[in-house]
Amino acid sequence: MPSGPDIEAVAEDVFAALADPTRRGILAELAANGPATATDLAGRLPITRQAIAKHLALLAEAGLVAAEPGERRRIRYRLRSAPMQVAQQYLAALARDWDRQLGALQDHLNAAAAAQPIPREQGRNRS
Amino acid sequence: MGFPDRIERTVELAHPPARVWAALTTAEGLGAWFGDAASIDLRPGGVAEMTWTGGDKASMRIERVDEPTVFGFTWGINGLPDDDPRRTYVEFTLVPTGSGTRLTVVESGFAQLPEDAYRMAFDGNTDGWAHELGELVEYLDAIGA
Repeated sequence: MPSGPDIEAVAEDVFAALADPTRRGILAELAANGPATATDLAGRLPITRQAIAKHLALLAEAGLVAAEPGERRRIRYRLRSAPMQVAQQYLAALARDWDRQLGALQDHLNAAAAAQPIPREQGRNRS
Repeated sequence: MGFPDRIERTVELAHPPARVWAALTTAEGLGAWFGDAASIDLRPGGVAEMTWTGGDKASMRIERVDEPTVFGFTWGINGLPDDDPRRTYVEFTLVPTGSGTRLTVVESGFAQLPEDAYRMAFDGNTDGWAHELGELVEYLDAIGA
């Protein structure tokens, strides 16, 4: 199996990024409207350009956004979805509700048996 | 490690293995307790599908059929794109007990990451709609030329 701890580190970066409302705002903005510069984002979100730049650096470090090549002030950032998909695997494991599913199986078997009992006891009585 | 790769549950059922096996491996059974409707081609390599009235759908590829003790299949991971290669493996094991069946379900593979997805997650720079749209533009330009 590929190295689990690395996957976990990726998921951790995603959750750390999402724990901050400003960074959620930046990611949501990039998801909704595509690549944007720090200046674009400062115009659309209630945060200073300096704060945006700081958060973008952190998001880039975590691999959640990528800087497109360009002149310094015109660098556009875009969302990278791959780390999100790793985080989704983690969430899928937590959300897999086998307890509820097996409860449904049990109910189904009980209902089916009530409708059509198996003559198990008969065989035992005869011997 | 905090990333669960494997989920395991065991339940004691007051029903004989044959009944439990039917509930797990027939369209009628799966459509009653798991999905709202189901179809199944019960053989290794066969496909089973479950649908829910809400519009959800799950497609399983059957991997193991050892009646009436082991039934295994793979399916996609919730939340990932339909064409994502990652799948988890689900295996039901039935053990007869004095009063019925001990059923164990193990689902594994949540932490897997195939080679291509691994690259994509850690150093990929080509994902995203901007890239896809760029390719579409190039394609349209090419056929228009």
